[in-house]
Amino acid sequence: MPTDAALTMEDERIKTEPFVARLMKRPELGAVGGVILVTIFFFITADRSMFTLSGIMNFLTPAAQLGILGIAAAMLMIGGEFDLSIGSMVAFAGMIFGALTVNLGLPLVLSIPLTFLFAGLVGAANGWIVIRSGLPSFIVTLAGLFILRGASLVGLKLFTGGSTQLRGVREAVEGDFLTPVFSGDAFGFVFNWLASVGLVDTFRSGLPKVPGIPVEILWFVLVALAATYVLLRTARGNWIFAAGGDRNAASNSGVPVNKVKISLFVCTACAAALVAIITVIDSGSTDARRGFMKEFEAIITAVIGGCLLTGGYGSAIGAFFGAIIFGMVTIGLTYTNFDQDWFQVFLGGMLLIAVLFNNAIRKRVTGER
Amino acid sequence: MTIDTKFHHGDPVTHAPIVEMKGIEKHFGNVIALAGVSFDIRPGECHCLLGDNGAGKSTFIKTMSGVHKPTKGEILFEGKPMSFSSPRDAMEAGIATVFQDLAMIPLMSVTRNFFMGREPKKGKGLFERMDMDAANDICVEEMRKMGINLRGPDQAVGTLSGGERQTVAIARAVYFGAKVLILDEPTSALGVRQTSNVLATIDRVRKQGVGVVFISHNVRHALAVGDRFTVLNRGKTSAPPPAATSRPRSCRT
Repeated sequence: MPTDAALTMEDERIKTEPFVARLMKRPELGAVGGVILVTIFFFITADRSMFTLSGIMNFLTPAAQLGILGIAAAMLMIGGEFDLSIGSMVAFAGMIFGALTVNLGLPLVLSIPLTFLFAGLVGAANGWIVIRSGLPSFIVTLAGLFILRGASLVGLKLFTGGSTQLRGVREAVEGDFLTPVFSGDAFGFVFNWLASVGLVDTFRSGLPKVPGIPVEILWFVLVALAATYVLLRTARGNWIFAAGGDRNAASNSGVPVNKVKISLFVCTACAAALVAIITVIDSGSTDARRGFMKEFEAIITAVIGGCLLTGGYGSAIGAFFGAIIFGMVTIGLTYTNFDQDWFQVFLGGMLLIAVLFNNAIRKRVTGER
Repeated sequence: MTIDTKFHHGDPVTHAPIVEMKGIEKHFGNVIALAGVSFDIRPGECHCLLGDNGAGKSTFIKTMSGVHKPTKGEILFEGKPMSFSSPRDAMEAGIATVFQDLAMIPLMSVTRNFFMGREPKKGKGLFERMDMDAANDICVEEMRKMGINLRGPDQAVGTLSGGERQTVAIARAVYFGAKVLILDEPTSALGVRQTSNVLATIDRVRKQGVGVVFISHNVRHALAVGDRFTVLNRGKTSAPPPAATSRPRSCRT
């Protein structure tokens, strides 16, 4: 009904909103702008090889590993909670996975679901304690950070007979039909074909310099798409925003806030388990320092991606770009003449700018006056 | 005691009451919060509940909306005795309460707030998703019926004025099938213009056949839309306010 639409839209006191103003209200804006800025920065300062296909794969791989954690952390933050135990969870899940494959010799089809199950249970326990005690998740998961890190150390010593590194994962999973899903490069045949027709750089032997897309990048994209779909297009996504925005209002309106929050904790733990499985198979061993400091990096990723620390606002796509910024800066500095140790300064600066920016955006969105 | 001022609004309402509460008493330990209050609400009327702080208004509406169980007394819902064990029960029966905090989330869009907890769905199984197009259309349409032209369904609730938020909450309750709408001090924090918007909204809702229970401190606001008035004083219904013969009608639309 065009007349109805016209009626709806006609109001002399409403100015048509300029495109830029509309764009300003997207939570992803900061992260997308950041990617553009960082790209320009490295275009000027870095060696050209950074933006070749192999260079791009080079910085997308760490971005992907962090991004999977960051997207989960972003969803949890939108739901109004924190998880500081996510980095230790990578070590813990890696230890479980290593023990299941090496010590028990289970095939991946069993060990992977079991790893997710263990991680999920720990995540659920975290969530349950936060919900039941009403304590801030910050402090509960800070305890989790130490408990899981310590448990991984003790566990690794137990399973290896005294070492803090568990080797032999690669041998144990070799030939398993699930191995290619979690490690190595995908779409190798496409790259071989591209090389044969001369579209990508090749070694002298005629093999492509980039043998395929590292699977973690595919997982990263998959997780980002799934998270975005859930957040923006499902009822559950609406519940996540509501639970983080105002838990009383949400539960008064019939949103099962506690269930939502606990499942978000489970998701974060499972994201950590996924990263653990990918990296452990990739390196062939697991150790107690795996995932060290990743909790902070994941939270930084989420914040750069536009999440508010107070919850109820943010986006998974933002965290996706946040992770790419992270990867570009970590790896990119090696392509420049700068001292690599500028990395942390850069990171802190990004975080500060992101928080200030997000705060301004929030005021715009809520129309705070 | 209630005073009937139907003459002012044209035809008297002849429907049977939706909710009838007889001799409600509520004791909290040795405190008698309500000492025999009788109240009823009919479709299409606005019944105002007035009273000072501590008169028992809040206890009374909480009894009506299923938060408290009365110590004594009878609640009839559409003629049948009823006891609600939770606010959810009352909501499902069609008694919706708009509390002062409105249950709105400022950072979320109007549509997302409107359907919070009751999202329209489409698709099956893994592909079950929120029907955003339908939700947006319904939301804009319902708000238009209430006289609010949204900038867009994705406008954040935080950018709405207090009166508009109140209207969103009322529109939401009505859309989800409220037969009785309890408004707890809807105009207490609003300016003159916003108040008149909310009062106009109450009038619209009443015309759709919903029974409105309007709780207020402000006699002028109550007089502007009320069909009947009940005054609570120290847990009892007391004498009615002065007859509303020169009630301002400027707020009626």
